[in-house]
Order: sequence, then structure tokens, then C-alpha cells
Amino acid sequence: MRCYRAGMRDGLPIALGYFAVAFALGIAAKNAGFSALQALVASLTNNASAGEYAAFSLIAAGAGYLEVAVMTLVANARYLLMSCSLSQKLSPETPLRHRLIIGYDVTDEIFGISIARIGYLNPWYTYGAMTVCIPGWGSGTFLGVLMGNILPLRAVSALSVGLYGMFLAIIIPPARKNRVILALVAISFAASYAASRLAVFAGISSGVKTIVLTVVIALAAAVLFPVKEEGEGHGA
Amino acid sequence: MEHNIWLYILVMAGVSYLIRVAPLVLIRREITNRTIRSFLYYVPYVTLAVMTFPAIVDATQSTWSGLAALVAGIALAWLGCGLFPVAVLCCLVVLAAEFLLV
Repeated sequence: MRCYRAGMRDGLPIALGYFAVAFALGIAAKNAGFSALQALVASLTNNASAGEYAAFSLIAAGAGYLEVAVMTLVANARYLLMSCSLSQKLSPETPLRHRLIIGYDVTDEIFGISIARIGYLNPWYTYGAMTVCIPGWGSGTFLGVLMGNILPLRAVSALSVGLYGMFLAIIIPPARKNRVILALVAISFAASYAASRLAVFAGISSGVKTIVLTVVIALAAAVLFPVKEEGEGHGA
Repeated sequence: MEHNIWLYILVMAGVSYLIRVAPLVLIRREITNRTIRSFLYYVPYVTLAVMTFPAIVDATQSTWSGLAALVAGIALAWLGCGLFPVAVLCCLVVLAAEFLLV
């Protein structure tokens, strides 16, 4: 299927980036007392870098189940927004089983490439991406626990920007065509920089910052510059 | 109290899955409210932009190599290159920059 193969193609750079990130995550899992198998299962059932990292840190500190649940909720709450956005990208006729499977792997990156498709999202595109990304994510975590710090720092450093490169490839082309999006990207960069550098916000987790900034900026844009009818059905 | 790691994993997995799948299952129709539609239309751009910067300059060993990757990525994406070329170029820029800097 063409969509499936396109998803695998676009998912490949994500999978490579995932491997590097998951490798680092595996080290955190090991510190929390996870075996390689447990870390693998945690990654395959969570698919969330910040969420898993936050949970591992809490578990390492001996936190209770409720605390871990709340932390997972907060660190992953942005996926709630992304799923809302993605729900509008699915044809209303999309059957329940597809919704249940897509929901399993709504990550920053897979959401990013799925939302960038023209017209309604064909679930098979997302499945293609999942087919390469999930093994990358799982094996990275597994090997991270087993092998710790074998990968040279320079390689980790280079691989880690791959994900951001992909984000840029998603947001910049529409920003070139649409001045509102261009302004939003610039404002988001500036606001995100301020939130990460100003001491006032130091106590807030990056997941919470992402949610608050997203809601505030996107809502202001929606009120000030509502999208015109003809452009609406096509997402990005 | 002794904690079981498998129970931790179950809790994490349950929360992660529910918040992702609930909107997809519950919002079955197209939303007609123009403000909500516009909001959801802008969400991806804002959230990806927020997550990209300054995280990209913090992810690398040197701030400058991350900044170089950011500029190169924006330039290449502006010219219309796809996900893979932009991602690979960003990685190569960091490798090259850190070869000189670190």
C-alpha cells in the first residue's frame, strides 16, 4: 500500500532519532531499578520520552503509584491536545479500531508527520510510521539499559537534533506560505525561550510549559485570526 | 511500602493510552465551531515550535552547534526539502560543528 510505505519512509528518520533518545532513556530506567525487559515493556506501552523520563525519575526516588500516575498525566497532557487536533484529521467514517490503534502511538513526531498529510489522514500512513518507530524506540530503551554509555557522546549529540530538524521541516514550509503561521512560529520560539530561561518559571516542568504556551498562543491566534472556511479541512 | 515495577508500568501505560485515545474515540464528528477549529489548526505549529526552540540548542554538546543546526534546518525547510533531508542535514551540521568546537 502506498500510504503505508510513505509512512515507513517518513518514519525512518524518526526511528533513528528515537533509538538515540530511547538509549538515554534506558540509562534512566536502569537507575530506577528496571531490568532491560521491564524498560522495554515500559517503552512499548508508553511511547513517551518526557513522560517515561519523569516517571522513571519519580520511581527512582521511591514515589507511590498515584504520584507516578499524576506525573505521567501531566508530562503527557500535550498528547491530549494533539489527539483532539488529530481527531479532526480523521474522516468521520474512520472505524473505532483504527482510532484505538492510532491512539496507541500519538507521539510528538508521529503526530507531526500525520498532521502534515494533505486531506484526511489515511490510518495506514500512521501505521507505516509506527512499524519502524516502535522497534526503534523499544530496542533503544532495551540496549540503553544493557549497554549504558557505549555510544560516543558526539554521536548522541548529533542524533538528538534529528528530531528537531523534522519538526522544522513540518512547521517551516506552511509558515512560508501563511504569515499568521510564520508569526506564530516566531512568537512560539520567543515565548518558549523566555519560559526556559527566566528564573520565575524554573520550577515548572517542560511538559507543563509546553501545554500552557500551546493553549495560550494557539487560542489567541484562533480568536484574532480565525481560519477561513476553504482552508479548514486540510489541516497543515 | 514495597513497590512492584510491573505495577508502575501498568499505571504509566494506562494513563498514557487513555489520554491519547479518548479524544480520538470521543470526538467522532467534525467540529463546526470556528474558534475551536482554528485553535486545533494552529496547535501543531505552536506546539512543535515551542518544543523545538530552545530545546535544539540544549540537546547538543555545544550551544553553537545546536544553533547552527537550527539555522540550517530552517533554511533547508524554507527551500522545501522533506523531513529526511532536513533531519539528516541538522545531524551532519552538529557533527561537523562539534568536530571543530568540542
